[in-house]
Amino acid sequence: MLKISTAPHLNSPLSTRGIMGHVIIAMLPLAFMSIAYFGISALEVIITSVAGCVLFEYLISRYLMKVPNSTRDLSAVVTGLLLAFNLPAGMPIWMTLVGCLIAIGVAKMAFGGIGKNLFNPALVGRVFLFISFPVQMTHWIKPDLFHFMNLDAQTAATPLGILKHMDALSTASQHHLPQYWEMFVGYTGGSLGEVSTAAILLGFIYMLWKKIIGWEIPVYYIGTFLIFIGIHWLLTGETRYEPMTHILSGGLMLGAVFMATDYTTSPMTRRGRIIFAIGCGFLTYIIRIYSVYPEGVSFAILIMNAFVPIIDMTCIPRVFGSKERK
Amino acid sequence: MNAIVINILIVGGISFFSAIILYWVSQKFSVRENPKIKKIESLLPNVNCGGCGKAGCRDFAQSCVKADKETFAKLYCTVGGQTVMEKIGRELGFEVAEHEALVAVLRCNGTCENAPSKFEYVGLKSCRMAARITTSQSECPTGCVRFGDCVKACKFGALKLSKETGMPVVDTDKCIGCGACVRICPKQLFELRPRGKNNERVYVACRNTQKGAEARKNCKVACIACQKCAKICNEIKIENNLSYIPSSVDAQKYGKQLADACPTGAIHYTGKKEG
Amino acid sequence: MKKYTFPLGGIHINKHKRSSGLAIIPAGLPETVYIPIRQHIGSPAKILVKKGDKVKVGTLLADADGVVSADIHSSVSGEVIKIDDIIDDSGYPSTMIVIKVEGDDYEPSIDRSPDIIRDIKDDKETIIKKIQASGIVGMGGAGFPTPIKVTLPKGKKAEYLILNGIECEAYLTADDRLMVEKAEEIIIGAKILNKALGIQNAIIAIDENKPEAIKVLSELTRRYVGVNVRVCKSKYPQGAEKQLIKAITGREVPSRGLPIDVGCVVQNVGTAYAVYEAVQKNKPLFERVVTVSGDDAVDNPANYLVRVGTPASFLIKRSCSDTSRIGKIIFGGAMMGTAAVNSDAPITKLTSGVLLLNDLDAQKPQETACIRCGKCVEACPMGLRPFAIASAIKNNDDLNELRRLHTLDCIECGSCAYTCPAKIPLLDYCKLGKIELRKQK
Repeated sequence: MLKISTAPHLNSPLSTRGIMGHVIIAMLPLAFMSIAYFGISALEVIITSVAGCVLFEYLISRYLMKVPNSTRDLSAVVTGLLLAFNLPAGMPIWMTLVGCLIAIGVAKMAFGGIGKNLFNPALVGRVFLFISFPVQMTHWIKPDLFHFMNLDAQTAATPLGILKHMDALSTASQHHLPQYWEMFVGYTGGSLGEVSTAAILLGFIYMLWKKIIGWEIPVYYIGTFLIFIGIHWLLTGETRYEPMTHILSGGLMLGAVFMATDYTTSPMTRRGRIIFAIGCGFLTYIIRIYSVYPEGVSFAILIMNAFVPIIDMTCIPRVFGSKERK
Repeated sequence: MNAIVINILIVGGISFFSAIILYWVSQKFSVRENPKIKKIESLLPNVNCGGCGKAGCRDFAQSCVKADKETFAKLYCTVGGQTVMEKIGRELGFEVAEHEALVAVLRCNGTCENAPSKFEYVGLKSCRMAARITTSQSECPTGCVRFGDCVKACKFGALKLSKETGMPVVDTDKCIGCGACVRICPKQLFELRPRGKNNERVYVACRNTQKGAEARKNCKVACIACQKCAKICNEIKIENNLSYIPSSVDAQKYGKQLADACPTGAIHYTGKKEG
Repeated sequence: MKKYTFPLGGIHINKHKRSSGLAIIPAGLPETVYIPIRQHIGSPAKILVKKGDKVKVGTLLADADGVVSADIHSSVSGEVIKIDDIIDDSGYPSTMIVIKVEGDDYEPSIDRSPDIIRDIKDDKETIIKKIQASGIVGMGGAGFPTPIKVTLPKGKKAEYLILNGIECEAYLTADDRLMVEKAEEIIIGAKILNKALGIQNAIIAIDENKPEAIKVLSELTRRYVGVNVRVCKSKYPQGAEKQLIKAITGREVPSRGLPIDVGCVVQNVGTAYAVYEAVQKNKPLFERVVTVSGDDAVDNPANYLVRVGTPASFLIKRSCSDTSRIGKIIFGGAMMGTAAVNSDAPITKLTSGVLLLNDLDAQKPQETACIRCGKCVEACPMGLRPFAIASAIKNNDDLNELRRLHTLDCIECGSCAYTCPAKIPLLDYCKLGKIELRKQK
C-alpha cells in the first residue's frame, strides 16, 4: 500500500532527542573533570541528580499529568546534569533530590512540560536549594586531582568568594588566589561545573561543530560582562575586580555555554538572543559587584528568562518583500 | 505604632490617587454605545459559533440594533432559535418570522468497511490538508476523508468520530445547525436541512458524480444514478450521475419507500424510532 | 569567484544527488500514453481530436482555452483510443487523451536534424506566437504558461532575464544534465527570450554543486555577448523565484507581487531549452528530462528523456527491480513534490522527477512538543515565524493572528518542516493557514 503525505518528504536527521544527546556529549568532559577533581562525592551528586530528574519527570508525566512519558527525549537527563553542575560536591543526597523535584516538578512540568517552561529548570532548582540550604550549598570541597575517595577533603573558598571579601588594597597573593592556568584547567573550588573552564570550552566547540547552538549567546554574554567589569577594573584598579579571575572562575562559563543557551528559555531569533545575552552579561556584572552574593550568573539568567517572551514579541524578522519592520 | 500609621497613610494615599487616575481614565476613554447592544448580547447564547453568518454574538447584536424591519427578518440565531429571537424582537419591537430548525446531515457513508482505504495517509491528520493533495482514502473524489476536522470545528460536541466506521456521526440532539461543519468540510459533505416533522428526514448520503461502475469501485454505498428514486417522486432530480433529494420531499410519505428502493443503500431515512 | 545567495534563512539538505553524473537517456516508448489536457495553471485545453483519430508525434491534440492555458501536443504517433476521466497522481479523475502507440512518426514540420541553429531569424511577435503554438509552460514545476510570462504587462519593463539552473531540490538532476548536454541550445534559448522581452542581457544562475555545468556554460557564454553565468551557493531554496532574484539582483519582490514588479523575468533552463526547440526547430513541447531517483528503493537512478503522457510505472520498472520495496512515489522533488496515489499516473510537462522512497523513509516522524528552538524562524527564507503560525492554527484557526503573521507570504518551500527537531509538520500548518485565509476572500 502506497503512503501519501504532504511535502516535504525529507526531514533533517536532527531530532529533539538527538539534540539532547549532543548536549549530553558536550557536557561529558566537564562531568569527567568534576569527578577527577572532586572524586566519588561528585559522581554521587551527578548520579543522584540525573536519576532524580528522570524519575520525577517519569512519575509526573505518567501519574499526575497523564500524558505520554516524555523522558525519552533525554531533556530530563540534561536538566539533571546541569543541576549537578550547579551543586557542590558532597551535597546530601536528599537535598539533591529536593532540587530535582523543584527543577522538574515546579519549573518544568507545572508549566506543561518540555518547551513550555519559562525559566531554566536546573537554575530554578539550584536557586531554590541555594536559598533553602545556604550552608550546604556553599560548602566547597578543595579540588584534588585523582584523589578519588576524597574523604578527608579540605574545604576551600571559591575564587569569587575570596574576591568578594577582599578589601580595596589587598593583592592577589595575599589571599591565595589560584593562578589563571589553574582556574582554566581546574584547581578551583566551587560547584561541580565550575571546576574546569577548559572542559566547558571543549563542550562549546563540540556544540558549535554539531550546530546545536549558535555562538551568539556565549560570546555576547561573556563579552558584555568583560567590558563592564573591565571598565570597572580600569577605573578603580582594585584586584577584586580583575576581569580574568571573574571570567575563569565561578559559573559564568557554565552559565553562558550551557544554561543561557537552553532553547526553550532563550529567544528564538538571532537579534533576540544577542539582546538576551547582553542583558545576562550586564546583570551578572551588577550582581557580582554590588550584591551580597559572590556569584550572580544564575540570578542573571533567571531574570533574563522572564524577559524572553517580550524579546520574542519584539525581535521578529522582517518579512521578505514587506517594507515595514513589523 | 507610629510606623504603622505612616505606612497606612502612604499606602492608602497611593491607592487613593491611583483610584482617582483610573476613574478619570475610564471616564475619558470610555466608548459610548447603544445600550441595547449590551442588552441583546445578554440575551444571546454567547458561544460565538458564527452560525448566523456574523463574526460573533456581539456582531450579531450590533446588526440587530442597526436592522430595520426587512433586514431583521433575515437575522436568525441558530443556537438560541425561535425563543431567543422572539425575546430580541420584543426588545426592538420587531415581528419575528417563523424559522425552521436546521440540523446537519452528512452526505457520505464511506465508512472504513464500505470504502476501504487504498493508500495510507501518513501526514498531518487533517481533512483539509489531505483533501488538498489527494482524494479520500478510498480514492473516492468526493468521499469523507475521515480525519474529523468537522469534529474539531463543532463547538457543541454534536459530532464524534465513530470508532467502528471511522466517520463523523451527527448527534441530532446536540446539533443546532450553526453550519461550522458545512464551512470546514473540504468535500462539502455536510448540508443543513430542516429537522422535519418527528425528526423524519430523507436524503442521499453520497456526493459522488462518477459513473456508477467507477463510483461502486471505491464505495459500496455510492449513488449510481439508477433513476429508481426519481421514479418514486418526481421532485427528485438526477444530475451528473448523482441523485439529490430536496428537503421539500415529504419524508413521512416517501422516506421509507425511497430508502427501500435504493439498490446501494445510498438513501438514508431517519424514521421515528431513530430520530 | 563571487558566490551569490539570499540573506535570510535557508537550509542545507544532504544532497542525495545520485544521478548527477549520468547522461540523459531516452526512456523509450510505452504501449499507451495518457495525455492530460491540463498540464498547466489555468483552464484545461479544448480537445481537438476524437476517438479513432490517427495522430503523429507533435500533432496538436488540444488547443489553449483562453489566455491562461496552453496547447497540448501528441508525444507519440498512433491512434486515439479513449478520451476519458482517468485517475491522475493525486487520485482525482482528470480528463486525458489515451493514445495507443504505433511506430514513431513525426510531424514533417519538426526539424529533427542534430545541428544547432544559432541564427535567430524570427522577430518578437513570431517568437511569442511560436512559443504559444508549442504549448510551453514553466518547467520548474509551477506550470505557468510561458507566453504570458514573456508578454510584459503594460507599463512594466524587464531589466533582467534570469535563467534558473539552480535545482536546489534533493535528488533531482534533470536540469543539471540538461545544462551539461544542451548548454549551447539553452544559451540560444536565452537569446531568443531576450529578443521576445526586448532586452540584451541574460543571466544563467547555477549553484555551486554543479561544477560540470558551470564549466561548460562559462566557456560557451564567452562566445555569446550578454549571456553571463552566475554561481550561487548551494542552499535550499536558492531556486525559489523570489530568493533567486534577491541573490542575483539584490531586489526584493514585494509581498504578493510578481518578479516583473522589480524588472525581472525568471525562466527555468528547461523552459529555455524548450523555447529553443520551439523557435529554431519547430518542435512543440512533448518530451522532457525526468530524474528517476531515490535511496535504496532505486537500483539504477537515471535521467530519462521522457515523452509526456508516459505512465510513471514505465520508468519505475526500468529503474527499480523490486517494486514491493517502494513505500512512496513522489512526483517532483522531495521537498516540494507531491506523493502520488497511482503509479500509473502519467508524466506531464511539469514532472521534473519521479522519486521512490522505501517504506521506512515514507513514514512521517511522530510530531512531538515544540521546544522553541527557533530553528524554523532561522530557516524561513521569507522571514516568517512558522511555529507561531502552527499555534494559531491549533488555536482554532485564529485568522487575525494568521494575517498578522503574513501567512500568505509563505512560499511553501518546506524549510521549516525539514529543520524542525520536534518534527512538527509546520508546512502543513502554514498551508492550512493559507487555505483558511483564502476562504475569507
